[in-house]
Amino acid sequence: MPSLPPIRPEDEEVALKTRPGGAFDAPVDEEHRATLFEMLLRLGDDSLILGQRLGEWCGHAPSVEVDLSLANIALDLIGQATHFLNLAGEIEGRGRDGDALAFHRDVLDFRNCLLVEQPNGDFAQTMARQLLFSAWQKRLFDQLAASSDERVAAIAAKAVKEVAYHEELAAEWVIRLGDGTDESRARMADGLDWMWRFVPELFELDEAAADANGRGLWPDVDLLRTGYDARLQTVLAEATLDAPKPQRPILGGRRGHHSEHLGHLIAVMQFLPRTYPDAVW
Amino acid sequence: MGVHQPLNASRTGALWGVLQDVPDPEIPVLSIVDLGIVREVHDDRVVLTPTYTGCPATQVIERMVREALDAAGFDSVRIETTLTPPWTTEWITPEGRDKLRAYGIAPPNAPGERAVHCPQCGSAETEEISRFGSTPCKALWRCRSCAEPFDLFKCH
Repeated sequence: MPSLPPIRPEDEEVALKTRPGGAFDAPVDEEHRATLFEMLLRLGDDSLILGQRLGEWCGHAPSVEVDLSLANIALDLIGQATHFLNLAGEIEGRGRDGDALAFHRDVLDFRNCLLVEQPNGDFAQTMARQLLFSAWQKRLFDQLAASSDERVAAIAAKAVKEVAYHEELAAEWVIRLGDGTDESRARMADGLDWMWRFVPELFELDEAAADANGRGLWPDVDLLRTGYDARLQTVLAEATLDAPKPQRPILGGRRGHHSEHLGHLIAVMQFLPRTYPDAVW
Repeated sequence: MGVHQPLNASRTGALWGVLQDVPDPEIPVLSIVDLGIVREVHDDRVVLTPTYTGCPATQVIERMVREALDAAGFDSVRIETTLTPPWTTEWITPEGRDKLRAYGIAPPNAPGERAVHCPQCGSAETEEISRFGSTPCKALWRCRSCAEPFDLFKCH
């Protein structure tokens, strides 16, 4: 393919100065597109990986009602992932759709937070992870419903109604197990303790998030944190549990630095489409 | 070609009629119009919205609508999907609510209504068994009067 002539900086300056005012006349802003793509990958990968994780419970949950709940939450999350990753592919403009992004990227290209890839552990650990994630996602989507990108806003506004349900269910279980028997209480405390070090990453303001915030594509993370902390405090109080001791945060998921767990999850998730690339449903 | 093409004036009316006969694949007693997921009907396109983001029926519904439109001679009518505004159970029509009840599914509570009535015996002495049921849109409930379990279409 012949390459396009290089853009000289002075041309670019002129182009910027003479940018016309009409909404559809503006040149495609490459930086804006790159930032939007990056944030869509983060959103889509969070939902995809946690959806896959919860799917592991299918047929193994403590009761049939819980089994249904976890599978339903997983379904909602996979639905979110489909919307976010399809849009990411469209924004990227290289012919990849949501399936291509989900099934034909490798571990280092995933942008999910570390919390969602953590192993299910026991039921208490799964519910601890769910509360910590859904309480964040609920507040995040509330804000993203006013995103400067109307397609992102539409997905967030649609999904937030479902996420409210996830958060409520997880909170009920944290309370029930925390304020339960000695055994259930100890397990819930352990579950929260395991997941706690991955919470700061949810509120990390790295370069991409800061840039996205400036473009109206990502909320103020400090504000998000305030609402989140208040909610957790209420739930933990009702569960008669203390918040886990502060731990050294572990970061890196947003830049593709993942735990070993993600590789195993992806191997299972991607096996079929990679083995039979043309298989259709 | 012998295919009946309604006059333009009644074209949207005829399209509504076709869509009224497309059942929801999960709850076939309801049509997609009863369910409130047909948002707009124009001469050249119909606009659908999904109930839940991950609802697996969404693609099936689109295919069924395509087939129904084609069969009625509306093969040039496009199908579009929108997420905005998000679907709510308040869009289920009064007829749809009656059909749900007759089918054994408690319809979603109207705004402000608190008690869930058993679709079998009408009793308000009911309790939740599981927040999530057989499909994303339903929860599992039980009637304490007649002891029957039943699905509740969740308020959404």
